[in-house]
Amino acid sequence: MTIKETQDNIINEFEIFNDWLDKYDYLINLGNDLPMIDPKYRTEEYIINGCQSKVWLRADLQDGKIIFTADSDAIITKGIISLLIRVLSNRGPEEVMNSDLYFIDSIGLRENLSPTRANGLLAMTKKMKLYALAYYTMQKKG
Amino acid sequence: MESLSDIQITQIRKDFPILSTKVYGKPIVYFDNGATTQKPRVVIDAISEFYRGKNSSVHRGVHFLSEKSTEAYEQARETIRHFINAGSTNEIIFTSGATGSINAIAFSFGEKYIKSGDEILISGMEHHSNIVPWQMLCERKNASLKIFPFNRNGELDIEKFTGSFTEKTRIVAFTHVSNTLGTINPVKEMIRLAHQHNVPVLIDGAQAIQHGNIDVLELDCDFYAFSGHKVYGPNGIGVLYGKEKWLEELPPYQGGGDMVDNVTFEKTTYNVLPYKYEAGTTNYVGAIGLKTALDYISSIGIDKIARYEKSLLYYATEKLNSIDGLKIFGTAVNKISIISFLLDNIHHYDAGLVLDKLGIAVRTGNHCNQPVMDYYGIPGTLRASLVFYNTREEVDRLYEGLLKVKKMFS
Repeated sequence: MTIKETQDNIINEFEIFNDWLDKYDYLINLGNDLPMIDPKYRTEEYIINGCQSKVWLRADLQDGKIIFTADSDAIITKGIISLLIRVLSNRGPEEVMNSDLYFIDSIGLRENLSPTRANGLLAMTKKMKLYALAYYTMQKKG
Repeated sequence: MESLSDIQITQIRKDFPILSTKVYGKPIVYFDNGATTQKPRVVIDAISEFYRGKNSSVHRGVHFLSEKSTEAYEQARETIRHFINAGSTNEIIFTSGATGSINAIAFSFGEKYIKSGDEILISGMEHHSNIVPWQMLCERKNASLKIFPFNRNGELDIEKFTGSFTEKTRIVAFTHVSNTLGTINPVKEMIRLAHQHNVPVLIDGAQAIQHGNIDVLELDCDFYAFSGHKVYGPNGIGVLYGKEKWLEELPPYQGGGDMVDNVTFEKTTYNVLPYKYEAGTTNYVGAIGLKTALDYISSIGIDKIARYEKSLLYYATEKLNSIDGLKIFGTAVNKISIISFLLDNIHHYDAGLVLDKLGIAVRTGNHCNQPVMDYYGIPGTLRASLVFYNTREEVDRLYEGLLKVKKMFS
């Protein structure tokens, strides 16, 4: 499944919610289900500081694909992280690097990625692409 | 003692246009007054009318409009003088806000009186705005910042405060009311104690001015700082009260237009008080808006407002405490209507997001008060800050909202 197809699937799934609180309920469930980052990586090195909530992000290259693992101290933030991981993890660096993330907007969560919310999510998406760029450059050289 | 009746509150609410807006289809419950207060129609109108009919730069011209504008600006100064019972309008300096006022004194006082090895004393519950300017001063002058603590209830430790003075203490700065914990500090007594050591005192009144009667003569503080936007006035205007003897002695904070007497390339002499501290084109429209806000408050009565807010605080505290797993931070006996809290182990950001969708505006985070969060070992809280246009029904909606939050995250 491509990044685009995964995003379209998420958009379809969210169409059944007609209430904001249902959306949040769903995100809370996703957040609770998200496998936590290995506690040894819940450190300053991997932190993306938001004023409101904290996010930890790690990226590993396995068989040419980037595996993202992440965590947050806030559950709704974790729920959104889980969607971002579903879209971007386990893909080649070039694909991640060139991805256009439109699903956040379509499911009405854009405000959660706004710089004014300062919850670490916007910085997280940027960092995911930076990791992809770094691995891409590494692969080219290697 | 007289408070405000429900009928009066209904009337008062009509004075604030924004209170009738809806968010996500629900009537807004605005409990973020600690960050900024809403504006009554008279303030909005005064600003609009000023721009329509009187606008001109103050103190700059002989023409009709400039005269009108200057007159209104100086009337505003007099209203503020009266509101805080200062001795003279020479002691009322318009600034950009409480932060601007504190920075001005940290600079001016620091330039004149702080030397290497000196000590500046502040409390452990200060807003970042009453920490950082002093820290910057200490860095410039190689001085040191000393902190006196507060206890688990959020009350300052007066004994430790008294014990913190040394012969090197040059100035002490602390808040009248904590923006996170709501504590009303015993400032009058603390000022008296500081003066026994011959140390001047700056009071951060940003969270106090809107909740009760402020009398700077009675307090005998050397400096008092507050913001217009937290007392129903416009943004970008604030006040620095300073005793005339200090303001005469200290050097100005910024240089430029209106603060000068005579300028040559060799030497500039400064204007008299209060203009010496008002460089550049001042925010005279803001000052007029602030005057209108204070007139509005006075027409209702600050004491009545304070009593009503106290009853609202008791009601809200009891209601929130009845929720299992809710913990309030800041339980001082003497406090204003600010309630900081956490619910179970639910992250403040999560709870705030859900409350927002229910139409309830609270502040979440560390409230520019990181050292207080560190003291309690928490990353942040939710903060409901209530004022006189809030109602018991709105408190009930917060209560219902929190029950919903609890259910969603359990």
